[in-house]
Order: sequence, then C-alpha cells, then structure tokens
Amino acid sequence: MNPIVDEQSARSPVPRMQHLVPASIILLLAVTVAWLSFTREPSDAFLFPRLIGSVMLLLAVWNFLRASFGLAKVGDGLSLTTVGRIAPGLVVMLVLVYVAAKALGFYVASFAAFLCVYSLYDPASHTKPRSWIKRIVISIVFMAVVYALFTLLLKVQTPRGRFF
Amino acid sequence: MEFLQYFGGVFEPVSFLLLLGGTVGGLILGATPGLSPTMAVALLIPFTFQLEATQGLILLGAAYTSTVAGGAVSAILLKIPGAPANIATALDGNEMAKQGRATEALHVSFLASGVGGIVGVLLLIFLTPVLARWALAFGPSHLFWMAILGVTVIGSLDSRSFVKGLLSGCLGLWLSMIGYDDIQGAQRFIFHDSLTGGVNIITALIGIFAIPQVIEMLAKGRREHRISQVAIGKQSLFMSLRVLLRKSKALSIGTLVGSVIGLIPGVGGQIAGLLAYDQTRKFSKDSDSFGKGNPAGVIAAESANNAMVGPSLVPLLTLSIPGSPTAAVLLGGLLIHGIFPGSDLFDNYPEVAWTFINSMLIGQILMVIFGIAVASYAARVAHVPPPVMAAAVLVLALFGSYSVQQSMGDVYVMLALGISMYLLEKVGFSAAPLVLGLILGPIAEANFIQGSMIANAMDGPVAYFLSGTLNLFLLTLVLASIAWSFYSSYRENNRSGAKS
Repeated sequence: MNPIVDEQSARSPVPRMQHLVPASIILLLAVTVAWLSFTREPSDAFLFPRLIGSVMLLLAVWNFLRASFGLAKVGDGLSLTTVGRIAPGLVVMLVLVYVAAKALGFYVASFAAFLCVYSLYDPASHTKPRSWIKRIVISIVFMAVVYALFTLLLKVQTPRGRFF
Repeated sequence: MEFLQYFGGVFEPVSFLLLLGGTVGGLILGATPGLSPTMAVALLIPFTFQLEATQGLILLGAAYTSTVAGGAVSAILLKIPGAPANIATALDGNEMAKQGRATEALHVSFLASGVGGIVGVLLLIFLTPVLARWALAFGPSHLFWMAILGVTVIGSLDSRSFVKGLLSGCLGLWLSMIGYDDIQGAQRFIFHDSLTGGVNIITALIGIFAIPQVIEMLAKGRREHRISQVAIGKQSLFMSLRVLLRKSKALSIGTLVGSVIGLIPGVGGQIAGLLAYDQTRKFSKDSDSFGKGNPAGVIAAESANNAMVGPSLVPLLTLSIPGSPTAAVLLGGLLIHGIFPGSDLFDNYPEVAWTFINSMLIGQILMVIFGIAVASYAARVAHVPPPVMAAAVLVLALFGSYSVQQSMGDVYVMLALGISMYLLEKVGFSAAPLVLGLILGPIAEANFIQGSMIANAMDGPVAYFLSGTLNLFLLTLVLASIAWSFYSSYRENNRSGAKS
C-alpha cells in the first residue's frame, strides 16, 4: 500500500558493525554519565542525573548486547554510496560552521557554502558558464533575502570576520 | 465560553498579518517535499524573538496548521507527500489528479482539512480548561511522573525499537542536565566551553530537525530533479462541496480518528492519516475503489491529519506534555517567551493562551480559503531542486541558531547534534523522544527535587513518589507504555524473522 514502507522493507539488512559502533559509543557515554553522577560533588546536584544515568546505563548495556549478538535490526543503515554522496556536503557544513563563519564572516561564508552545496549537487553541467551564472545569481538572491530577514528585520548582529 | 472574550486579539493588525503570513507561508512550506511541519516551525522560532508572546505563538500555530494541510498539494499533484502526514492523501489524491480531477482533489482536501481542523480546535477549546482544572490537583510527584510518561510514551510510539526509543528519551534527558545546576550552581557534564550555558532548546530543535533533512537531501546526490506535474483542470467549488457532503462518512471517520490520535501523546499526523484512510476503506461499500481515485480516501486522510493538530495541544497546554513532535517544538516556542504551560496557564496568561487558540480557529478558515486559492501555485515550490533547498535550510539553520543567543557555541552545538541525530536515525534511534527528553528534562528534574525535599520531611521518597491513587495511576501508565513498546518490538522482530 505504501511505496515508502515497501522500499524500506526491500532493503538488505544493515551490517552488524553499523549497530555496534554507535551502541559502543552510547555505552561509553552512559558509563561516563553514570560515573560522573555518582562521583561528583555536591552530590545533591547530581541526584536526578544519578537516576537518569542509571536507567541510561541499563538501556545502553541492553542496546550494546543486542547489537553484539546481531539482534539490532531497526534502521536503514548507511551504504558506501550514501557516505560518498553526503561526504562533500558534510565537509562544507563542518568548514562553514567550525571555521569559515567566524573567520570570514557569516554572510561571505554562507554565500560560499550555499554556492558550494548547490554546485556540488547540481546535476547541471559544471563546464557551461550559463549554469554557473544561474548558481551565482540564485546564491546572491538567497543571501539578500537572509540579510533582509536577519540583519534588517531581526537586527541580528552576526560575526563579520575579515569581510562582510 | 471565556475564549470568546479574546477573539479581538486575533484581529489586531499585526497579529492578523502574522496569521495570514503564517498560513500562506505554511501552505507553501508544507507543499515543499522534505520540509516537515516540525522543521518549518523549528526554523520559524528565531523569527518570533522580536514579537510579543501572543504574536509569536500565532505565527507558529498558523504555520503548524497550514504546513500539515499544504503537504496535500504536492501529494495530490506530484505524488510526493509534503510531510509524512500526507502519505495516505497521495494514494487516492494523485489518482484523481491523473484522471483530470486535480482541482476536485485539492478542493475536497482543503475543505476536509478545514472541517477536521475546526473540530480539532473546538476540542482543544473545550477540553483544555477541564483538563487544566483537573491538573490543579497535581503535586510535584505527579508532575514528575507526567514528564517521565511523556518521554516513555513518545519513546514507545515513535520508535520501532523499544530499547532505542527509550534510550533516545534518556539521551534527551541527559542533554537537558548539561550546564549549571539551578539550585546548587554546580557544573554538570560541561565537556566543552560551548556547553557552559547548557544546550539551548531552540538551537537543539533546529539542529535535530533541520540538519538530518539537509543531509537526507544531499544523500540523493547529483540526481536529475524531474517532476511530472499533472494538469490542474477546473471544477466549481460548489461541486466539490457536494462531493464532500456525499462523503460525510469518510469525513466523520477521519475527524474522529484524528481527534482521538491527537490526544495520545507522540502519535502524530502520519498515523492519524493512515489509520483514518484504512478505517474508511474498511467501512466503505466500494472499498475496491480506494487507491483508484476515490475522494473518500483524500477526505479521510486530510480531515484526520488536521483534526489531530488541535487535540495534540491539549496535553501540551495543560500538562506540558506535547502531543506530537511539532507540539514539542511549540513548547520550545512557549518557553522562550517565559510561558510555562500547565494547570495555571489559563489563570496566569489567559490572553496569550486564548488568543493563540482562537487564532488557530480563524487560521483553519484562512487555510481553506488560501489553500484553495494558492494550491496550484504552491505546488511549484516542489520544483525547487533539492540542492538549493538543502543549501537554503543549512544557511537558515546557521543564522537561526546563532540568533537565539548571538553565540557561536550554540551554532557548534546545533551542527554537532544535527549530524549525530542523522547518524543515530540511520540505526533506528528517533528524534522525537530525544527532543521530548530535552524539553521535559528540566520539568522532571525540578519536580523530582521538589518532591524529594517534601519526601524527606515526610515518610521518605518511596512513600511520596509511589503512593496515592494518582501516582500509582501515572506509574501504571509509564509501565504500560514501556510494556507496549516491548511487546511491539517483540512482535516486529518475530515478523521480520518470519519473513527472512
């Protein structure tokens, strides 16, 4: 009945490692949360964290055991093709947020990120000047809208960096 | 009939303009595949900072209502549901469109949405004060159990895995504890300077709902974005109205199912639409015509997903327990304006609460009018290429998260949470319980601490938290929701085991 559900059910099972790695990280986090909750002072400030940390640890151990024995089956997982597709976009996001936004200024960095993401994932030709003009014009128009909304309307003072 | 006194506030120029803007904008955003109502509302929250609480809520409420209805446009014309709530609409809606009955499908979709939505908001109007009065009897232990119930119910219903649903809720509760403790001023789980002030709810909402959708759009790669849209055609509104009246059984079933589903925390519009569609088909004499262009399918699905909107706010406004992920985002919108929903909401902020609810009633009418008027234009936004949409949402998420407290730390947290959520969703974790844990965490903790203090002066914590009819009732519900989740996971595992 539902094509989306049918597509999901037709997929091959997710490799065990894809469940095991996040399960291990969450278990490590749960151990840390529980340990800090029971050892840090003042103990009254950690009363609620102790309660939640204990439940979280219990569930994390359960989740880890299920992943270890190959019983965790929920989720679509990540194929190598998907990783290959999202990797360039993720790099743009990480550079934008953790480096460029502060160094270059929000508007310049966002314009560059917008153009990068659009260009990287645009199926149109990368050799025709017309495609590039279209991408640049759309990026400029969008940034103008963002400037009008955030700087003129909401009066948000964003980091300016070296440029704008 | 207290709500009647506050209708004037909806028609104040700024408020009404925001209602109009939210409705039209929501219809367009809703028609855009990939932009869910939850994400649309989360991205809108930063724009409400400059507004008064009432005006901000009017904007968010209008966007919530109309994005759900707007999703039907692309579902009917393009067979691409604008949101999960519109999956059932696409089944018959697109078949009608292919048969040259697109206008009829759009008309009945918006009319049914309007009827369902109005009934839903009326339920909100009449049920909320009753439940709020009942909630006055709640003490700290009950409120603690209510908050925990919110997390376990949404963790049970919104996830296909019992452990992962509850673990998502625990992760959210842990995130809510990061920062300085309110009572002792002690530092808790501050692993990085960006976390000193804790995890801001709005920043987290933007990251958790917007970034995974951006990555999901990028995962399609450099695929050609070809969409075949059917011709709209013409049909008089009067004829569509007659179709709606002839299919009153589908309308009644959809509205009833949506209203009941909305009251159950965490279930959401997708379930409402699919369940109403399924029930209408079962009760229909010509069930074979479903999926082949039967307007009853569209009417049932759309009346249900809009009827769900109003009741989903009942537990939110009275008990601080959101009825849907979008309602959880709305709770974030209330909190940033210093409004804490609960039993005394209608005593402390009657103007804000009633004007907001009344605006949703007027918003339903505007949604029908503008929905019918702009439906054919709204479908054009579906032609916006996914890379442009992904880039636009990324930039909006950056500016939106920064504007909350003008802090780069918030932006770092937003992206880290967003990428983590995408990866977690891929292995079966769920965003809704995590968000609910984050939002309800402070409520649960404050009442737990308050309850512990009272318990120390009385018979001890076990007697205080685990005795009394209401405590035991709520505890039973918590355990029942966990047991149900466990049973569902077990059944799902058996089913998938039998298939393989």
